[in-house]
Amino acid sequence: MRKWGFLAAALGLTLAACGGGTTTTNADGEAAPAGGGRLDVVKGRGQLICGVDGGIPGFSFVDESGTYTGLDVDICKAVAAAVLGDAEAVEYRRLDSTERFTALSGGEVDMLSRNTTWTISRDTSVGLEFAPTTFFDGQGMLVRADSGIAGLEDFAGKAICVETGTTTELNLTDQMRQLGVDFEPVVFQDADAAYAAYDEGRCEGMTSDKSQLVARRSTLPNPDEHTLLEVTMSKEPLGPVTTNNDSSWYDVVKWVTYGLIQAEEFGITSENIATFEATENPDIARFLGQEGTLGTDMGLPNDFMVKVITQVGNYGEVYDRNVGADSEFALERGQNALWSEGGLMYSPPFR
Amino acid sequence: MAHDSGSRSFDLKAMLRDERFWKIAFQVITLLVVLLLLSFFLGNLNRNLIQQGRAFGFSFLRNPAGFSIGESLIQYRPNDPYWRALMVGLGNTLTLVVGGIVLTTLLGVVAGVASFSKNWLLQKLSRVYVGLVQNIPLLLQLFFWYFAIFGALPNPANQIGILGLAFLNNRGVYIPWASSALLAILGIAATVGAAIAALFLWRWRTKIRIETGVGGQAQSIALAVVALAWLAIITLGMNWTVPEGVEGGGVTGGLRLSREYVASLTALVFYTSAFVAEIVRAGIQSVSKGQWEAARTLGLNAGMVMRLVVFPQALRVIIPPMNSQYMNLTKNSSLAFAIAFPEIYSIATTTYNQTGRPVEVFVVMMATYLTLCLLITVVMNQFNRSVQFKER
Repeated sequence: MRKWGFLAAALGLTLAACGGGTTTTNADGEAAPAGGGRLDVVKGRGQLICGVDGGIPGFSFVDESGTYTGLDVDICKAVAAAVLGDAEAVEYRRLDSTERFTALSGGEVDMLSRNTTWTISRDTSVGLEFAPTTFFDGQGMLVRADSGIAGLEDFAGKAICVETGTTTELNLTDQMRQLGVDFEPVVFQDADAAYAAYDEGRCEGMTSDKSQLVARRSTLPNPDEHTLLEVTMSKEPLGPVTTNNDSSWYDVVKWVTYGLIQAEEFGITSENIATFEATENPDIARFLGQEGTLGTDMGLPNDFMVKVITQVGNYGEVYDRNVGADSEFALERGQNALWSEGGLMYSPPFR
Repeated sequence: MAHDSGSRSFDLKAMLRDERFWKIAFQVITLLVVLLLLSFFLGNLNRNLIQQGRAFGFSFLRNPAGFSIGESLIQYRPNDPYWRALMVGLGNTLTLVVGGIVLTTLLGVVAGVASFSKNWLLQKLSRVYVGLVQNIPLLLQLFFWYFAIFGALPNPANQIGILGLAFLNNRGVYIPWASSALLAILGIAATVGAAIAALFLWRWRTKIRIETGVGGQAQSIALAVVALAWLAIITLGMNWTVPEGVEGGGVTGGLRLSREYVASLTALVFYTSAFVAEIVRAGIQSVSKGQWEAARTLGLNAGMVMRLVVFPQALRVIIPPMNSQYMNLTKNSSLAFAIAFPEIYSIATTTYNQTGRPVEVFVVMMATYLTLCLLITVVMNQFNRSVQFKER
């Protein structure tokens, strides 16, 4: 009897301790988002922790010296430049497609910038917040040039390698169900293993976002032996992601991303930004923080876009450097061109 | 310890010196610490979930899964609910675990016994195998078997045929099999049933022969009948289909074991068997030398000494650690998802990724592996009881 008495007392005590716990601090003791959480956390830490893929040349890739480069990496840098004034104040975390959302919602990273497709279910039920799209993509299919496969219908009874936890896994299933094609999915958790299995012939096809397939093809032993099928299975808007219920942090990531696009529209580049120092254009003056309080309203320095553009460049520069004309991939701007040039890149007004 | 209550008022010093007080106090403190930690973690989880505007619950398991699965024992379509997808994963895990336990036991015992062999090559091979395999991480071995061994098999167009009965290519292994799943289950049930009946008959026969010194013919005949019946069911009743190579590559008929399955099974079996071999070796060494000598004095040859005298005694030492090796194999089967085998952990990963519910999915996972491991323990404990010394 006495034993149970102790147990009851202990339970009572714990429950009391539990019930009183309505304060909002998370495990790290960092203030939780009850107003301006993550932004203050990043400022206090003096460093941005950015979740990237790290294995896709052109988007986020670690070179021999351990330096991260790519379009996704530059978004991290832009946010760091805006918040902390230093584009290099970023700690990159390599996350695979199954870890990324848990790492983000658990507060392990401040934001994701890793080829994540914006979908309604991720926005609502998974509890994410999607910043503007930085790359409009579509799902493609990589096959061997001599395989004789010309379309998705030819995959009956054949194997397709996929990376798990991706929207591509679902799109592929949907497409094949529509076509009534019975294929064999070979699902890998690790993209490297998936491409390796495709390369040594386990699968006739490898599916992923087109940009990723192009980038990955360049790392295969004989890139010329592989071609992309002329199919686009889905829309894949890729962009940075933050968690729900922290709008001030979300606003920062959102408007820094828009700022890159707006800078290109204004024609401001890292080269010529000095010439805008005493601009007569009120729009540009506001954008660069010479007038108004657009930056300070967000909790950033008023000239945050100056820091971003001088250190990272505008969206066009970022694109060309990493995946566009100045890179080995030479991807067309296509739908990633500015709206004024027939593309989809459009920033709401900075005013 | 003086503790004459009643006569004096409460004595704090005496209580602190009392051993019984500290025994109880220590237990209470431990319990409190555990409960506090638990409440901290659960409270933290709860707050985080609330912050993200989500409630803990399992109703999402009824939503359609939407992804396809490469291989499955039960029927599965992409618009089936998540729970059914998880069942497919559980089925695949079970094929890996059951096949793994059977083969591990065989290989492990053979390798363990071989380490006592007088054959120099056999003995050294066993030692090298154990030393090599035990010291390489399982994940590496999985990749090795998947990419280096089974990946090196030719493509379907140049597949290897074995006596026209089986085929090997870089998609998998094709073996003869019953023409329908029902017949296959019948065949497996008949095999298990026949094995149990044979074991029972053999024990009965031994018992009669020990107790009366004669007889046992009836049991021998029954044994023969069981064997014949089993043979008849297996050869005639199964409607075997033999895999046939197709012109230009590929195979029809028979059973296809995917490369993912075969590689996972091989890696798990080779890895776990190395540990089992050591357990078997330790068990055999635990049998005193006198038993060997006594058995040899009776005129038994080396094989019979092992089979009749030493091994049955070694079992008492072998079975308890075997239990944990079987559990390790069960848990390690989750690593197979690294080489694309759709076992339950792989399906669970996809599920929590699509639904954004890692906590719930991991609760399901933990419950599943716990149940599997407990089942193994229950069976092994039964088996263990049956080989212990019977004190009469």
